[in-house]
Order: sequence, then C-alpha cells, then structure tokens
Amino acid sequence: MMVLTSERVKKLKGVLKEQLLSIGVSLAILIDEAGNVIASSGKENGVDTTSLAALAAANFGATAQIAKLLGEEDFSILYHKGKKDNIHFSRIGKEFILVTIFTDETPLGLVRLRVNQISQDLLNLLVEDD
Amino acid sequence: MALIDLHKREIHCKIVYYGPGRCGKTTNLFYIYNAVAEKYRGKLLTIETKGDRTLFFDLLPINLGKIHGLDIRIQLYTVPGQAHYRATRKLVLKGVDGIVFVADSLRKRREKNIESLLDLRNNLKEYGLTLEEIPLVFQYNKRDLVSVNIPLLTIEELENDLNKELKAPYFEAAAVKGVGVFETLREISKRTVKYVANKYIFAKKTAKAQGGIL
Repeated sequence: MMVLTSERVKKLKGVLKEQLLSIGVSLAILIDEAGNVIASSGKENGVDTTSLAALAAANFGATAQIAKLLGEEDFSILYHKGKKDNIHFSRIGKEFILVTIFTDETPLGLVRLRVNQISQDLLNLLVEDD
Repeated sequence: MALIDLHKREIHCKIVYYGPGRCGKTTNLFYIYNAVAEKYRGKLLTIETKGDRTLFFDLLPINLGKIHGLDIRIQLYTVPGQAHYRATRKLVLKGVDGIVFVADSLRKRREKNIESLLDLRNNLKEYGLTLEEIPLVFQYNKRDLVSVNIPLLTIEELENDLNKELKAPYFEAAAVKGVGVFETLREISKRTVKYVANKYIFAKKTAKAQGGIL
C-alpha cells in the first residue's frame, strides 16, 4: 500500500522532467510492480499509460522469471528498439520500475546514464515516510 | 498493493479473477466491458493465445464513484487458467487487493476447480497473503447449462469442495448471458474497497461508495 501526496508526486515529476525530458526523453513513467502508474512526465501522445504500465510490469516480471531460469538474480535493465520510438525499463529499488520512451535522437547510453544517476533519488522519494 | 494518489485524488485497487482454464474469467470481463458506459471504463486489454485462451492476462480499468472525495479506480485482471501457466498467474497476483474465484460448474471440471483454488492459495502465500484475509468472492459459473442436460455440480457440492471453511459469499452465474456478473463485481468491489480503506486510510470507518456504476 502506498500513499502518494501531492507534494511527493510533484517532486517525482520534477526529477523526471529535469533529468530525463531535458535530454530528449519524450515520456517517462514511474510505475510499481503491480502495474500502477505512480508519476509520469512528458508527452503522452495518446499513449494508454494504464495499459502500458500493466504490460511493462508484466514484462518485467516475466523477464525476471527468465533470469531465474538462467540462474541470474534479475535483469535490472530492459530495452526494446523500435523504428521510431525506443523504450527502456529500469528497476528502481525492489518495487518500482522506471519506463522511459525516447527516439533515436537521444542516445541510449545517455538515457542509461541518467536513469542510473537518478534512481537513488527517485527511490528516496518513493520510500520516504510521510 | 493499493495505491492512494492524493495528487489526483484517486484510489487504485487491483481485483483478480482467478479460476481454472475455460471457466469464464475473460467472459466476465467482456460482459462488464460491454455493459458499462464508456465514461466509467478504460480500455480492455487482452493478451490471447491462438484459440481463445488468455496467455498472460486481461485488464479492464473501471471507475466506481467516490469514497471520501477520492475517485475509486479498480483494475480488473484475469489470469490464464491452464495449469502450466503458474508462473504468469503468480505475476498477475502481485499487489492484488481482492479476488473473484470463478469455478466451473461442469461436473467433469470438479478436480480442476479444487486444484486451481489450491494453486491460488500457494501463490498468495508467496506474497505473504492468505485466502482467509484477502477479500474473496466465489462465482459458480455456467449455471445455465443445467437446462441443456449437461451434468453440473450442485451448489452444495461446489460449496463443500471450495468454500466449506472459507465461507466467502458466492454467486450463481451464467457469465455469457451476464447473469450474476454484476452481482459478483459489486460484492467484491465493496469488500475490496472496505478492506483497503479500513486497513490503510479511514481506520475502521465504514466505507461506502457514492455514485458510479454500482
């Protein structure tokens, strides 16, 4: 169970905007493992974020099971490449997943670097006591 | 895991329709989707295999009106029923707040119902949950087949097999025709919202939904 205050949502959105949208990411969504959208920032462009969150959580869960089959603990990063848009998933702590959507104009390496840099900040915001 | 978003003033709960393969979980969701006005529902998401079986899950978000000024948003999920999809079922149960167990009334499916309930119990256990604690409603589906002389389990038999100790509410249903579908949804929604509210926000106050589709 998680209670999101207005203030916390604003802070989370702020981090997503400043750190990810600033490098050209078109949409960043923070979700939990149950598939709930916690905070998002960027252009949704008609993207159904509810379905996206549910599928992303399921995708992550399925991949974690694949990791186990291979004797890995987890794959902490997932990346799918499209013709136009690319999507990157990264685990934030144990319960959360950061979904990042960007075009080829933004280098994957930069996205990975930024996501890495902010994951601790996001986690602190997510788990802090009210 | 329910989510309370005070920013958007929404409360999100997850209800999972569980049960053996072909018992009618997806049919429940389809019926609800078609019967509910567009403004109260989101998109129906289904991931189907060849044939008409659920591969991963179906998802239908619906709005149930307000409770203490918060919009109640419920996400209805189904699981794949076939025994070998256990890993996916477990994934879908992650963060569940309420469960509808859809049992197949066909006599020849008796063992499948019992196995599926046991599988549910085991999967919940891995998340530290029990059937006794979590909101649970049974739906005994396909009751309409009695009129075409297909051997069905009696309600007493189903109750004895599945609900003897749990004593959860049950509904007789014919999901294809919509019989019992909303009765089931109404009961599980009521229980789930009450459970989430009592447990986390409005300590012991009676939660009552106002408006919405139910």
